[in-house]
Amino acid sequence: MKMRVINFVKRAAAVLLFAPALTLAADVSVNLDKAPVSTEPAALQHGAKLFVNYCLNCHGASYVRYNQLENIGLSEQMIRDNLLFTGEKVGDLMKISMSRADGTTWFGAAPPDLSVIARSRASGDGSGADWLYTYLRQFYRDAERPTGWNNVIFENVGMPHVLWELQGEQVAKVTENADGSKHVELTLAKPGKLSVEEYDKAVADLVSFLVWMGEPVAEKRKAIGTVVLIFLAGFFVLAYALKKNYWKDIH
Amino acid sequence: MTTKSQAVLNWIDERFPLTSSIKGHLTEYYAPKNFNFWYFFGSLALLVLVIQILTGIFLVMHYKPDASLNAAGVPVAFASVEYIMREVPGGWLIRYLHSTGASAFFIVVYLHMFRGLLYGSYRKPRELIWIFGTLIFLVLMAEAFMGYLLPWGQMSFWGAQVIVNLFSAIPVIGPDLSLVIRGDYVVSDATLNRFFSFHVIAVPLVLIGLVVAHIIALHEVGSNNPDGVEIKKKKDANGIPLDGIPFHPYYTVKDIVGVVAFLFFFSAVVFFAPEGGGYFLEFNNFIPADPLKTPPHIAPVWYFTPFYSILRAVTYPLFGLDAKFWGVVAMGASVVIIAFLPWLDRSPVKSIRYKGPIFKIAVAIFVVCFFILGYLGVLPPTPGRTLVSQICSVLYFAFFLLMPWYSKLDKCKAEPERVNFK
Amino acid sequence: MSVDQKMDSSRRTLLLATSAAGGAAAVATAVPFVASLTPSERAKAAGAPVEVDVGKLAPGEMMTVEWRGKPVWILRRTPEMLASLDKTDEKVSDPASDKPMQPEYAKNKYRSIKPEYLVAVGICTHLGCSPSEKFKMGAESGMGADWPGGFLCPCHGSLFDLAGRVYSSMPAPDNLEIPPHQYLADTTILVGEDGKA
Repeated sequence: MKMRVINFVKRAAAVLLFAPALTLAADVSVNLDKAPVSTEPAALQHGAKLFVNYCLNCHGASYVRYNQLENIGLSEQMIRDNLLFTGEKVGDLMKISMSRADGTTWFGAAPPDLSVIARSRASGDGSGADWLYTYLRQFYRDAERPTGWNNVIFENVGMPHVLWELQGEQVAKVTENADGSKHVELTLAKPGKLSVEEYDKAVADLVSFLVWMGEPVAEKRKAIGTVVLIFLAGFFVLAYALKKNYWKDIH
Repeated sequence: MTTKSQAVLNWIDERFPLTSSIKGHLTEYYAPKNFNFWYFFGSLALLVLVIQILTGIFLVMHYKPDASLNAAGVPVAFASVEYIMREVPGGWLIRYLHSTGASAFFIVVYLHMFRGLLYGSYRKPRELIWIFGTLIFLVLMAEAFMGYLLPWGQMSFWGAQVIVNLFSAIPVIGPDLSLVIRGDYVVSDATLNRFFSFHVIAVPLVLIGLVVAHIIALHEVGSNNPDGVEIKKKKDANGIPLDGIPFHPYYTVKDIVGVVAFLFFFSAVVFFAPEGGGYFLEFNNFIPADPLKTPPHIAPVWYFTPFYSILRAVTYPLFGLDAKFWGVVAMGASVVIIAFLPWLDRSPVKSIRYKGPIFKIAVAIFVVCFFILGYLGVLPPTPGRTLVSQICSVLYFAFFLLMPWYSKLDKCKAEPERVNFK
Repeated sequence: MSVDQKMDSSRRTLLLATSAAGGAAAVATAVPFVASLTPSERAKAAGAPVEVDVGKLAPGEMMTVEWRGKPVWILRRTPEMLASLDKTDEKVSDPASDKPMQPEYAKNKYRSIKPEYLVAVGICTHLGCSPSEKFKMGAESGMGADWPGGFLCPCHGSLFDLAGRVYSSMPAPDNLEIPPHQYLADTTILVGEDGKA
């Protein structure tokens, strides 16, 4: 009986030892570029402008009010002058007039609300910002798609490359890796209004804005958190001293 | 004490057992003096319960259990969570406290249960405490599961879809049962509303009742301790256990230290990593529920994954019933079996300090398996992973089912007469 | 081991310090909870100033707009209506509008910026009902022969004159509230915001 138990334990130990090897068989992953996310007001304001000009026609940000942009340093007047469409108030939500049904007809799927897109796009491969940063820079010309555009990390995406004027047109050269997976290499066929560096910076600003929008309170949260942790550390010292004092009676 | 306040106290005591309750549960409840680190988690579980109830009360003031789409095409329930996060003053903090509290609850409760396992806290005469505790764990799982549906994100929706469909595996009544649970043919507004009702009213009521029963039972028989020695066996002339100290002030001041330390780590998560790396708030749950599209990879929240792995590990049909049914049975059994520990452990000693090598190895294997199962439950299944989870599931059950034999076989050391204290 | 401890001084100090820290923590924790009970951003946005075009309002007519969920009356008063205010001077409890129920710029005889337009929150200062209009003068109003025109609160019978001043010995303690407002153009009123900002 004892022998059996020990054998069983040995066998189990052997299996458990190999468990990591068995479980770590690779999942499909994509290579994402690290997004240079900024919390600088200038970058966020630039991102906000790009967002309103290029994204807000089809995508809403229906949990965000225009006047919340005051938190990234825009004045109410600036919001009124630069960002609002006619008839909108600064306290309004950033909604779009396109209905979901129209969106579905035109793009195959209703364009998602972008309020929390930077949070929802996070995965094991990288942060949501990384995904967006990569995605917005990897559109390429594809005549077979109804929009004329395709994307490396979001194959057969319904969204056209709305920033193409800025980036220019990329074309893809698809090669097959030794393991049968596809490798896509992009080259800039027709330059846009911006240089590659300028475009990357613009996308970074846009992504920074999307990250900010995903959780406008994030910076405040961390600031409060620092105070809370310092307080609790001090409280701990007091509480520990009090406990020591009482417990000195216990032998 | 002044005579006036004494008079007030007397007035109350003649009508309500105030002083005697304070004495019985605090100032003259004698707890063993040798509690160690592991004994913080009971009071911490109570703290988290309070945090959850308090934050929950305030969240209900703003949350709307409504699956219909608002003008922007977003489900009202999902939008109301974002409303709390952005528009309600302080709402983000209350919500993060609640969502982090859910995970903290399980961390604390798992450690609390493990403490019981280490020191034999389930052994006679504490069987009922242990059973109440297991029930608390079970009810807590139900509470967490129903709460997870409320944000009405993709993970909420599909998690509920999968778990509710588990019930349909039960022969004969299964399909009708899952229909009754959902109140619809799919997880829908009806499901959301009843889960909301259960989450905020029914289940918390049961939970609080069980917690009270758990503590009353504990204070009836007295606390166990890391040495597994009954302190009530050695009393002084006044009938006070020699190794016992009044809970108040000694353990209140000690537990405050534990509470502050816990709050430090808890706040660190709340303020600096509220998503918990995608484990406390799953990334896909920032996408509103879409009944037409399952996310590419769905996994339950981390605290369910060990049991979820056991569910998935069962891939063989048996006795003419399909694997799905046996998976559900295995998962249910893996939780329920915990309640039987008091009768499975036949060791002459309680505490692992005096138990022999076999028990120690068994506990070690059990813990490793539990972690592996938990880890695998997060990942999508592959044949290799399924094999590992099958082995771990067998070992998980073996730990319990073989315990009557190996705990008896084991070479235990003799328990001391008195507790060890420094 | 006895339960009643000798209170040494360091223990007393530590007890005080931990209690103070704990109390501070409790108060700080209460802040977000209490804050969550105050109006949200949505409520504030709904309470944003309202722009009203009063160009089409005929003399003697009143329109009601919603501001912060409350009725705001805009009454275009005729010369007779304005004259009636002289008669009610002695009947009302606060004829000179001494109580701060109006912005500084409306603390005048007509309780308005332009005498012609009365802008007032149509909520009785007693218990929050909305008074009804009784503009007709004399017996025709059903309010008695000497009724000079005004408002009657249906809930507890408080009377107000055409400047929203409450009559003496009425349940309502104060005159009707005049909200902050300003003229953006000759006949465009912005209710809810002063000209100062």
